[in-house]
Amino acid sequence: MPDRPDGVRRDDLATAAALAAGDEAAFADLVRELSPSLIRLARTYVGSHAVAEEIVQDVWVSVFRGITGYEGRASLSTWVHRICARASLRRATSERRSMPFADAFDDGPTVDPERFVAVDARENPRSWSSAPRPWRAQPEDQVLRAEQRTAVSVAVESLPVRQRLVLVMRDVEGFSADEVCQALDLSEGHQRVLLHRARAHVRNRLDEEVGA
Amino acid sequence: MIRWRRRALTCQELVELVTDYADGALSPSERRRFERHVNACPGCAEYVEQMSRIPALVRSAAPRGTGLTPDAERSLLDAFREWHRDGG
Repeated sequence: MPDRPDGVRRDDLATAAALAAGDEAAFADLVRELSPSLIRLARTYVGSHAVAEEIVQDVWVSVFRGITGYEGRASLSTWVHRICARASLRRATSERRSMPFADAFDDGPTVDPERFVAVDARENPRSWSSAPRPWRAQPEDQVLRAEQRTAVSVAVESLPVRQRLVLVMRDVEGFSADEVCQALDLSEGHQRVLLHRARAHVRNRLDEEVGA
Repeated sequence: MIRWRRRALTCQELVELVTDYADGALSPSERRRFERHVNACPGCAEYVEQMSRIPALVRSAAPRGTGLTPDAERSLLDAFREWHRDGG
């Protein structure tokens, strides 16, 4: 859930107060609202859906036990996602599903250098030698054909963990750059590099699938 | 070093700036440089356009998020109730 404007942070503080006061309905609502996104987040770190669910249940317990620690600096959703990200990382590390945090794909060009004219060429160095061609049957946002959907899914699933996290949180869950940085303990610059690499990877895969 | 004119962006450089541009992270002059290039370069215009479609495509392909099972929710609510009752 993306941040709402500052003025509406009152809602989050009110919800937190309700939790502190033992309001079950408020708690149930919050659980239903955020759990799909939290499970998706945890799932990115750990191998199984069942383990992701366990993590998220523990996260909710941490949330209500620690609710008086919520001060409204971040949105409640960001705060909860941060707890979840940290819990998921601890679980993943302790189970030795250690995510290579020096992500293998964190540097280097995102477009194959072969697609460009050599840097020392006399004419048009570093311009496209093989420009991207328009995608045949332009993938429409609403109707994604089966093969294209598969290509995109496979591309996302094959991303290094942190790139996938940033891509999903920004482009699927709609968190702002700032919220993602807070939830995942990333600098703004690093978050953007991860997002860039993730999107470029997906584009490359999709291009292979639909390129003319 | 004094520069009279900033060297124009090359395509190979531009493709690495696409997300910075989309996020509004380029300075006004970098932004102008970026746009000047895209306006004159069909290859880069196509690339930028394709990259701009990625968020929606990823959203469309994302599996529906599932929440906690009813049992898990129930036991969570029980834990919440107990915690409050015990003076949490």
